[in-house]
Amino acid sequence: MSIKGRACIVGAYEHPTRKAEDKSVAQLHAEVAKGALEDAGLTRADVDGYFCAGDAPGLGPMSMVDYMGLKVRHVDSTDTGGSSYLIHVSHAAQAIALGKCNVALVTLAGRPRSEGSSGTQPRSWGANLPDAPFEAPYGIVTANSYAMVAARHMHEYGTTSEQLAWVKVAASHHAQHNPHAMLKDVVTVKEVLDSPVIADPLHRMDCCVVSDGGGAVILARPEIAKSLKRPVVTLIGAGEAPKGQAGGKLTLTTSGASRSGPAAFAEAGVKPADIQYVSIYDSFTITVVVQLEDLGFCKKGEGGRFVADGNLISGSGKLPFNTDGGGLCNNHPANRGGMTKIIEAVRQLRGEAHPKVQVKNCGLALAQGTGGQLGTRHTSSTLILERN
Amino acid sequence: MLLSKDRKIPAPSVNPENKPYFDAASQGKLLIRKCAACGEFHHYPRSICPHCFSDKTAWHDAKGVGIVYTCSVLRRGAPEPYCIAYVTLDEGVSMLTNIVDCDLDAVKIGMKVRVLFKPTDGGPPVPMFTPA
Repeated sequence: MSIKGRACIVGAYEHPTRKAEDKSVAQLHAEVAKGALEDAGLTRADVDGYFCAGDAPGLGPMSMVDYMGLKVRHVDSTDTGGSSYLIHVSHAAQAIALGKCNVALVTLAGRPRSEGSSGTQPRSWGANLPDAPFEAPYGIVTANSYAMVAARHMHEYGTTSEQLAWVKVAASHHAQHNPHAMLKDVVTVKEVLDSPVIADPLHRMDCCVVSDGGGAVILARPEIAKSLKRPVVTLIGAGEAPKGQAGGKLTLTTSGASRSGPAAFAEAGVKPADIQYVSIYDSFTITVVVQLEDLGFCKKGEGGRFVADGNLISGSGKLPFNTDGGGLCNNHPANRGGMTKIIEAVRQLRGEAHPKVQVKNCGLALAQGTGGQLGTRHTSSTLILERN
Repeated sequence: MLLSKDRKIPAPSVNPENKPYFDAASQGKLLIRKCAACGEFHHYPRSICPHCFSDKTAWHDAKGVGIVYTCSVLRRGAPEPYCIAYVTLDEGVSMLTNIVDCDLDAVKIGMKVRVLFKPTDGGPPVPMFTPA
């Protein structure tokens, strides 16, 4: 049994806030849920499935279902960090295909900016995490974890800081058209390289922003999708793949996208060359390079050359990516970038991206996320979406 | 030239499964885990082998030497810059660690390193590495 064509994304909403000092996290979840329902033309009473991850306050879905007054018969709180929401879309399609729900709501929200979060701070470790005693003493943080991936990629494949900078440059070209983007200024390769080094070899502009906000998507069975007054965006393939340290036999320059990608392409029955737009999780510039390689948009090791010279810029490059400005320029709500990747892919397929970055006749898009850290352990998720 | 400085190192959380590793660290010894069923080393240590899932695993004294697999100096956001790295031990497995007591600007992938132990804040010492 495949999920191909079994569920459609009928609602998508991105919270416009980037700093929410005056709101609670639960409130942000409810606001994005309301926004997505209005976008879809559905009401709260239509929702019979709810999906959330660790950013939702409380134990799994319990508090948020109660807070929002949902009446659902299916819940799922799979948490794989920033890729959770892509996995939720896939799991929602499975639940819809099995008749466990008809209309599934997925929400993400958080306010790390107001709470003073940064990518150079140690994270909190659970008391029983088996890996923590062997990692926490060494000061592993988000930035130096990804920096080690970048350093190894440069060592193995000759990737350069200039090539990585092109990822940020492309994102900034898109962000200039997004009125909500945190960073709207177009930047040059030189400006990226001149920004301070945070963790060798990554500069400040290689790192994503810290922002408040959130987003939500709603999935429904195709009959419902066709009855609504919105363009129909159908999930046709999905894959998910955790990847870790393999007992110390490291392959740090390869991500789980090397497995989630082929699984999604096989289910969808399409290949990388067919994809017209990609949303690629951009926690750091290196994250994009590694995932593009692993998804098969170029050969392993050629990602640096692939992203250089504006190849990811919509309108001029061969593979337009993150046309909202992505995590590097637009937002990274709850320090989890997966939801906004889905939302911009839906905008592109609906033809509702900003006219300056809209891909012409966009019929096939891919959304890719990695949650956790590429430098230690992470989970990749890939979605392939089609306009009908 | 960026000479490393000692920093306050968070104590590892010791549990019944990893206690022998940290007890050995207190004696200045680096242990790694080996599986008698598949013959493979692994790190971080587990009672059940992550390669073949056998429970025939045992502690072995590591030689304590290896090469830097990858590294990064965190230069912002911490009280002092420090170098995080994965070191691939002679036994073939890589471990997360810090490269210390050296010029941090000179740490490179492929560099030969040897183990030493640094005290933690209220816990057992942890293995780190310095250029050999």
